Parts: sequence; structure tokens; C-alpha cells
Amino acid sequence: MLCVTLAALAVMGAEAFRGKDESMPLGGLGIVGIIGAAIASVLLWNRNASSFGVIVADNFGLFVTLVLLIVGVLTIMFSSPVLRRDGFPKGDYYALVLFAVTGMIMMAVANDLLVVFIALEILSIAVYVLTGIRRDDPRATEAAFKYFLLGAFSSAFFLYGIAFTYGLAGSTRLDRIGTYVAAQSMSDNPLLLVALGLLLVGFAFKISAVPFHMWTPDAYEGAPAVVTGFMSTGVKAAAFAAFTRVFLSSFEPFSGEWAPIVWLLAAATMILGTVVGVAQSNLKRMLAYSSIAHGGYLLVGLVAANQVGKAAILFYLLAYAVTNLAAFGVIALLGTKDAANDELRDYAGLWQTRPSLAALMTVCLLSLGGLPPTAGFIGKWYIFSAAVSAGYYGLAVIGVLTSVVSVFFYLRVVVMMYMSDRQAATAPPPVPTVGMAALVVSVGVIFWLGILPTPVLDFAAESIATIF
Amino acid sequence: MLLTLSWLLPVAGALLLLFIGNADGRRDGPIRWFSLVVTVATFVVTLVVWAGFDAGSSEFQFVERYPWIPAFGIDYYLGVDGISLLLVVLTSFLSPIALLSSWGSIERKVKEFSIFMLALEAAMIGVFLSLDLFLFYVFWDAMLVPMYFLIGIWGYDQRIYAAIKFMLYTMTGSVLMLVAILGLAYLHSAATGTYSFDLLKLYALDIAPQTQMWFFLAFTVAFAIKVPLFPFHTWLPDAHVQAPTAGSVILAGVLLKMGTYGLLRFSFPLFPEAAGYFAPALAVLAVIGIVYGALVAMVQPDMKKLVAYSSVSHLGFVVLGICAMNIQGVEGAVYQMLAHGVSTGGLFLVVGMLSERRHTRLISEFGGLKAVVPRLTTAFMIITLASIGLPGLNGFIGEFLIMLGAFRWDPRFVVVAGLGVILSAVYMLWMFQRVYYGPVTHEENVTLRDLLPRELAAVVPLCAMAFVMGIFPTLFLRPMEASVNALVQRVQETQTLRAANEMQNARFKMQTVQRPMR
Repeated sequence: MLCVTLAALAVMGAEAFRGKDESMPLGGLGIVGIIGAAIASVLLWNRNASSFGVIVADNFGLFVTLVLLIVGVLTIMFSSPVLRRDGFPKGDYYALVLFAVTGMIMMAVANDLLVVFIALEILSIAVYVLTGIRRDDPRATEAAFKYFLLGAFSSAFFLYGIAFTYGLAGSTRLDRIGTYVAAQSMSDNPLLLVALGLLLVGFAFKISAVPFHMWTPDAYEGAPAVVTGFMSTGVKAAAFAAFTRVFLSSFEPFSGEWAPIVWLLAAATMILGTVVGVAQSNLKRMLAYSSIAHGGYLLVGLVAANQVGKAAILFYLLAYAVTNLAAFGVIALLGTKDAANDELRDYAGLWQTRPSLAALMTVCLLSLGGLPPTAGFIGKWYIFSAAVSAGYYGLAVIGVLTSVVSVFFYLRVVVMMYMSDRQAATAPPPVPTVGMAALVVSVGVIFWLGILPTPVLDFAAESIATIF
Repeated sequence: MLLTLSWLLPVAGALLLLFIGNADGRRDGPIRWFSLVVTVATFVVTLVVWAGFDAGSSEFQFVERYPWIPAFGIDYYLGVDGISLLLVVLTSFLSPIALLSSWGSIERKVKEFSIFMLALEAAMIGVFLSLDLFLFYVFWDAMLVPMYFLIGIWGYDQRIYAAIKFMLYTMTGSVLMLVAILGLAYLHSAATGTYSFDLLKLYALDIAPQTQMWFFLAFTVAFAIKVPLFPFHTWLPDAHVQAPTAGSVILAGVLLKMGTYGLLRFSFPLFPEAAGYFAPALAVLAVIGIVYGALVAMVQPDMKKLVAYSSVSHLGFVVLGICAMNIQGVEGAVYQMLAHGVSTGGLFLVVGMLSERRHTRLISEFGGLKAVVPRLTTAFMIITLASIGLPGLNGFIGEFLIMLGAFRWDPRFVVVAGLGVILSAVYMLWMFQRVYYGPVTHEENVTLRDLLPRELAAVVPLCAMAFVMGIFPTLFLRPMEASVNALVQRVQETQTLRAANEMQNARFKMQTVQRPMR
């Protein structure tokens, strides 16, 4: 069938482009590959192509794919000056990033639990290595090791969940599981509940939902800032795509069972992420906790489980990905080979020395805090309107209150940049053009999504219309 | 187009400034003039709106409406009625004055200061013009950011604490309002099938009394923090005292009015029954605020703090007038908002001028300035008297109308509120006396400069306005009359209608209960 080949081309074609990069280590080539994949996914739009039934390039998957490709491009753009500065092995680095992106895309379009698992492993292993790519830094090594161990645990949980599901449903295909589940009732099927729980734990690890978030702050702090930005956006987006697909299509009939649990997860994640974030003095660690909290907001969309909620997840993923990546981009650009410059006090008086960088960072932080007219505001508004329209007023109130608390710690950075005098003796490094361009583009997107969100909102609504 | 122009003009000015290089402060002069011209032009635009405004109609005028996010029924929807019209004019009137006052005191980062001031003006005008709740919320929240920077960067020594406190207090209130706004839109979709944030459509929505209570509280807490109503006022003294003069002028002159405007525009007409239920409680808080603010103001050694607490007291009057929900009360409230904007804006201005000269705000550092700075003394006196509410000046009309309205509603409130009027005379005149009369006690004060032409240009319009508003109140009352009438009617009608229905229901129930007994 034509559709099958097209889908295969999309995924495999993108991979083929990527394969070359190992021999020709150039970020530019990676970008070319990503643009190729983007064109392929635009062409696949509305076709609902599927390949062997285990990979479906439906609009939902393609939307996430496009988000992931944006993440990929921005990551490469932020990385190129960092690589030159810190002397990372270029070829390996780009190849790993691209492999991770491949895994993420696969995860977004997977229609089979096993494919989800394979994709998870592809992306995880690449990201483990990226985390520890600064081999001479003990913090990075520790982070990578911790991440790897806990990640392996979560994979085991996930696999166990798949095994249970297979044992019950006789298939790992999501659509077949869906038809099986729809015919069951929860009360006489404790095994199904176990399977559901195990899968939930596996996903919760990857999106670092409380209480499965322990690895996040360490891994995010230890990894180079660019990689942290990449992990916190790409991995989260991919995991959420799969999470949404598994829970809102296959296990939708049991939403009465899992929604209260996810409700609790969401509330705990939002609260813990923001409250602990307040106490941080390291910017990367602070943003790590903030990204945990953002995972909580995304979970709110999942709990709401209505049309608005699903589209809200998609929009939020895009808004969050661009904003968070740009914020980490600023951190990366401010570091030097010897010093990461990621403590809060390193930002004192940044306004005096690098006014444009400080302004761009401020926009990112305000967007993360959900203030208009930025993408973050529209995203939060969309998520909470989903919660309200599903009747979850309590969750919405928790959400908005925690976002006020989060504004408090984002403002601490702003206070440092604008209202404190410079203490550091050395001037911050000059800002490379590529990185600056990526930042300006991101901030442009943040404002665009914040002021004229209609096209993207419609796009998101359209992409969920086809499958759920 | 005019309404869009009135908020887009400052935004355009700010954007233009953004791209002007001024790293070494060489272009400070032109930048100051440029932003002044932009704000004056905005003022002219709002005057044109006023000139074209049909005072006989209670409808929204100059309406502009374009779909913005159609999937959720969100429109870019602007319009003015008699209530918002004058507040918009007040905003654009105070903005150039505030900018002018900053010319002497803001010497660091003039470009950024001007950008934030212009952005602030745009957001404030947007708040008053929005007829779509989503749009309103966007402006409402967007306004916090420039104000935060104005306090935090150019404020006094406690500025960071004050800026963060201001931001967090206001945001806490406003996010709860956001949930209520979303809830309203959802109710609209449940009732009609489509989401809508259109204020007029939401007015028409029939909301169950129980739901009204919650939504009313969510909206009202947001506005009460902004007003600030006792006991939500603790951010205000910090923010006012720490803000630079221009920031204080805008904060006292316009920002506080947003709270009372919100009560009038949203809380009361959207949830009339809940409003009827909570109005006495709100009025009690308002009256407490009137007396408490006045008492605390009396013992302040710091002039700026004194003026800040006097705002708590004066805005208590406004809330009292709104709670009365009759024509006199509401007209008085709107009038008092305008009057307070002029007189308290003016007070912060002259206090700022005084403290710039001596770099202190303590009353005890001054004394006997009457002979040293006669022009400043005159300006200070006019504004002081205006603030007290002397007949012939602006403060009198508003307070009088509010008392009248409140008396018709419940005379007990007036008795206590009247105390506030007396107290305000005490603390204001006492401060005036300590600063300007008596011998010159501090040597440094002998050589103080009197007002410069630039400062005169900032103060004279305010003093003149105080007289105009005091002598020709009709000029300002006439445009708001129709709108206020319509508003009061809407709220009261729904209240009585519902009450009548309930009575009927109760009677019906009684009959059904009684019937078997017969």
C-alpha cells in the first residue's frame, strides 16, 4: 500500500539522512536531515499512513513529530558554539542527538507497545551518553550514571507492564488492546489493573512525575546545559505523546480508574516542582524543578481527557519546548569552558553587560511563568480551560496557584539580572551568532504563539480530531 | 480604530525605543521628549474619543470587534461606555505628567524606563477598554510586568522586596479570577453550545446562585487586592513607598482604580445576586479600611507612606459607593475614582518633588518651607485640600455623592465613614502644617530650589483639573450618567426579579405542603 511505504519513508528516510552524519560530522547536515523529515511529515499530513500496523503517522503523531523536529533544530543550533567551546566530540554528539530525535519520533508515532519500548530505549541510551558527555566532570558522570540506573529500572517496569498486557490482551498493538479493554470491566480484572499501573509507572519516570522524579534534578544539573534543554523538552514531549496515546486511546474505557491516580500525580507534581524550585540557588536545578512542575501541568490536560485537554497537551508541548529550550540555550551560551556559570548569582547584573541576552531570558522566564502575551500564557490557559470544562476546578486552582509560586522563582532570576549589581569579576563570554539567532527565533515564536495562537491552536485541535 | 490607536500608540513608541541604541546615555534627552510626545498624542486620541462620545447612550461606543481565537469565542473586542471613558482619559492624562516628573529623578537607563512606562500605559488603557474577558485578563496581567520592573529597578532601597510582593499579591488574586473566567466561558458553552468570553453575552447568562457565590468571590478577591480593600492592602504601602515618583503616580492614580473598575464592570453586573449577598460584608470591610487607613496615615513619619495609607482610606469610599449600588453611590464612586486619581497622583508628585530635593521623605526633616519654596507650597496646598474633599475642589463631589448613596442604602455606614472624612482632614493638614509652617528647623532646607518650569508643567495641569472637577462636576458626571443608570438598573432588576421568583417559589412550596393538610 502506498500509505505504508510513505510512512516507512518518513521514518526510515529521516533515519537514512541521519546515518550519514556519523561519517560526516556536521551540524548542518543534521539540520538538513531534520528539515527533510519535516517535509516528509508535512506531506504525510491527513493521510493517516501506517506501516505494518505498528507505526501510524496520524496527525497527532505528526504534530508531536514537528515539535520534536523543532527541538532538534534548536538543539543543534545551540550546540554548535558550545561544542566548539568545550571541545566535545562533534560527530558523536550530533549522531547521538539525531538518534535520540529518531527515537522520540518513533515513540510519537508508535502504535504498538513494543515499538514504544524500542523507541524509548533508542532515545534513552542516546540521552544517557549525552548526559555524561563531559567525561572529565564528576558531576556529569554521576548524573549519567544515576539517570541510567533509574532509567533502566523504569524500563523494566514498563516492559513488565507490556508483558502483563500481552498476556491478557494477546497483542501489543494499541488498537487491539483497545478493543480488548473496551470489552472488559475493571472489577473482575485485577491483572489489567496491575498492567495499567506498571505502564503508568514507566511513563511517570520518563516524564518525571512526582514521586518518580528523583533522577531529574541531578541529571539536569549534571548534564551540559544544551543537553539538559534537549532532555527536558524532547524526552518529555515524546514520552507524553506515547503516554497520551496509550492512556487516552487504548485505556480510555478505564479512565474512571486511572484518572484519580493521575489527578494525584498531577497535583503532587505541580506542588512539589514549584515548592522545591523556590529553594534552589542553581539555575539549572531550578529549571529542572520547574520542568517537573510543567510536567504536572501537562498531566492536568491528560486528566481532563476531553477534546480540549488533548489539544491543550499538544499546544503546551510546543510552547513549553520552545520556551524551555531557549532558557537553557541562554544558560549554555553564558557558560565558558572552565565555568558553567549556572549559579543564580552568576546572573547578577547581566542586564548591564549583556542587555539583549537578559531581555531574551526574561521573555523565556515570563513565558514559563505563564504571563501574557507569551506562549506560556496561552498554553496554561488552554490546559486549565480543559480542566475547568471537565469539571476539575480543584486541579485548576492548584495549577494556577502553583504557577504564581513558580513566578516567584522565575522572578528571582529576573531580580538578579536586572536589580542586582554585577559581582562576578569576569565579563560574560561574547554571544555567538548562531546561538543568538536561535534565541531570537525562539523568542519570536514565543510571542507569536502568545499573540496570534489561532493557527496553531486550530492545528492542534485538528490533529487530535482524527484519532481519538 | 481610535480605541486601538489609543493603546497601540504607546506600544509602537515602546517598540521603536527598543531599537534605539542608548548604551552610553547620550540620547537620553531625545528619548525623554519622544516618549512625552507619544503620551501626549495618546492623550489627544482619548480626548477625541471623549469629544465623539454620545453621552445620552448607555451602550458601548467606538466598538471594535474582530475574531481572535474563534475556536473559543475569543474576540478582540473593545468599546467604551461612560464609566470606562473617563478612566481612559485619566490614564492618558496622568501618563505624560508622570513621565515629566521623572525627568529630574531618573538618570539611569532612561530608555528602558521610558519603554516600561509606555508599555504600562498601553496595558492600563487596554484593561479599561476590553469587553472580552480573555482580552481583559491579558491586559490585566501584562500590566504587572512593566510595573514590576519600574518598582524593582528604579525604586528606593527596599525596592526588590516591594516589587516581588506587588507582583505575587496581584497575581494570586488574578489567577483565581482566571479560573472563574474559564468557568464562566464553560457555563456559557454548557448553556448555548459555544464558548464565549464576550462580556455582554456573559451578562445575559443565567447563573445558579450557588455558582455565583464562588465566581463572585474569585473575581472580587482579585479586585479587592488591587483596590486595595482592607485586609488585602499590605502590598500597597510597600509598593507605593518604594516605587519611583512616576511609578507611584501611576500606581495611585490609575492602577488602584482597576480594582474598583473591575468591581463595577465585572463582579457586580455578572453576579448580581451574589453581589447583593456579599455587599454588606464588602461595605463593612470598606468602612474598616476608611477608618483604619486614616488612623494609620495619621501616625506615619514618612510622607509617601502617609499618602499611601490615605489611598486605602479614600478607596474605601469608592467601594462603599459601589456596594450601595444606587445611582448616587455609583456615580459618586466613579467620580471619586477620577478625583482620587488626580489628587493622590498629585500628592505623590509633589511629595516626590520635595523628597528629590532633600533625599528624604521624613516629615520631621522639613518645616517652615512656606517661605523657602512658595510655589511648591501653593501646589501642595491645593492638592492637599483637594484630597481632603474641600467643597470647590474635586474630592468633595465624589465623597458627597457616595455618602448620599450610602445613606439611602444603610445610614449606619455613613456614620462611620464620616469619621474618615474628619480624620483625613486631620492627617493631611497636620502633615502640611509640619512641613510648611513654623520656623525652618533644618539648615539644609534654607537653600531648597522652588519649582522649575518643567515641574510646574507637571503640577499645574493637576491643580487646574482639581478646580475644574470641583466647580464643573457636570462636565464629568454627564457622560457617565446613562451608563451608571443602566448598570444600576441591571443589577437591581436581576436582584429583585430573583427575589420575587424566590418568594413565588416559596409560596408555591408552602401551598403544596399545606394542601394535604387541608
